[in-house]
Amino acid sequence: MSELSGYGGSGPLSHLPGTSAAPQPANLADLLERVLDKGIVIAGDIRINLLDIELLTIRIRLLIASVDRAREMGIDWWEHDPSLSSNRRDLALENQHLRERIARLETSGRAPAVPEDAEEYDPAEAPDRDTPPARTTPRTRRSPRTGLP
Amino acid sequence: MSAHPPTNTWLYVITEAGRSAPPGLTGVAGEPLHAVSGPGLTALAGAVPRSDFDEGPVRTHLEDAVWLEHAVRAHHHVVSSLARTAPVLPLRFAVLYRDDQRAAAMLMERRDELTAALRRIAGRVEWGVKAYLGPADPPPDVDGGDPRQDPSTRPGTAYLLRRQARHRRQEQAHQQAANDALRVHTALARSAASAVCHPLQQSGATGSAEPMLLNGAYLVEQTLTAAFHEAVVALSTRFPGLRLETTGPWPPYSFTAVSDFGGDPP
Repeated sequence: MSELSGYGGSGPLSHLPGTSAAPQPANLADLLERVLDKGIVIAGDIRINLLDIELLTIRIRLLIASVDRAREMGIDWWEHDPSLSSNRRDLALENQHLRERIARLETSGRAPAVPEDAEEYDPAEAPDRDTPPARTTPRTRRSPRTGLP
Repeated sequence: MSAHPPTNTWLYVITEAGRSAPPGLTGVAGEPLHAVSGPGLTALAGAVPRSDFDEGPVRTHLEDAVWLEHAVRAHHHVVSSLARTAPVLPLRFAVLYRDDQRAAAMLMERRDELTAALRRIAGRVEWGVKAYLGPADPPPDVDGGDPRQDPSTRPGTAYLLRRQARHRRQEQAHQQAANDALRVHTALARSAASAVCHPLQQSGATGSAEPMLLNGAYLVEQTLTAAFHEAVVALSTRFPGLRLETTGPWPPYSFTAVSDFGGDPP
């Protein structure tokens, strides 16, 4: 059998007139599609849950295929998706804390009696709230807000 | 190998009997390859450590994108290297046996089916052809004719109507392109021994700003490769609203699933 030049599907190798064959290393999305989803399926002795893989594939397809090319195009959303970027997880947590905090502040802001609210709210803050102490809003900043006429 | 850490047998390809792996080629664990022989068939395999390649560890590793990419590329590297010189049936990722004997028993058990599959892909290669919506949308219609756009219409309403019309034109163009992509697939399938459509990839995965409209795979006789490419070129001329992208040649990943056999070609 004759050897096929460039065999291996390592990306679009053919530069055909009239078609765009971007020169690039193997496109991971294409690879995953074939290596994870295709090929002979034999159960083997070890059970690997293919459903897990398929779910993962979708993620990965979105995540890493052509990352560099995507970056060049300014597509970098995954860097802002906390679930896809482990070092952003604490940021997500912080966001959540802040959101809860805003919700609480807004609720308390709607309370009818401002001075009572402020009195009741502030002392309770430190011991009861799950907010990290370091991020506790200083009173000086809350007072103007809850004290709005 | 009793003195060594326990291993599992990872299968890469099934090929004709008597094949051996080229020296220097290594697998997903960096391991050398060896042949597992059955009647009339050989599987090329690697002995991979159970500490990393057993049910639990693999499941854990699969959640690690970096590990997965590395392993997928390694698996593919072996498969594509072997496919260069002989017809091979690529195995799906992570087909693992406890040992070579168990793998050999499988070769024996499924001999007829595997032999038929091997015969079917011999002398053929897989090409991928994707179609994207062309970057150049059809020019906006000279649509001064919209009766609602009379001067008396309030500016806000006119703006919304214009937007609506533009949106409708884009949708029509998209629909037209999708129909064209289907025609491309039908035409290419005629130049191929077999054809399948993979799911369309999201634009985040393709790196292309335009939506994908076709993600086809075609099993093509090696001797007809040039004709297949000519068909692609002709189709890209015929459908200027599409951008066609060819990938390959691939080992016949998309045409070896047992369910593909005796099945209905599209």
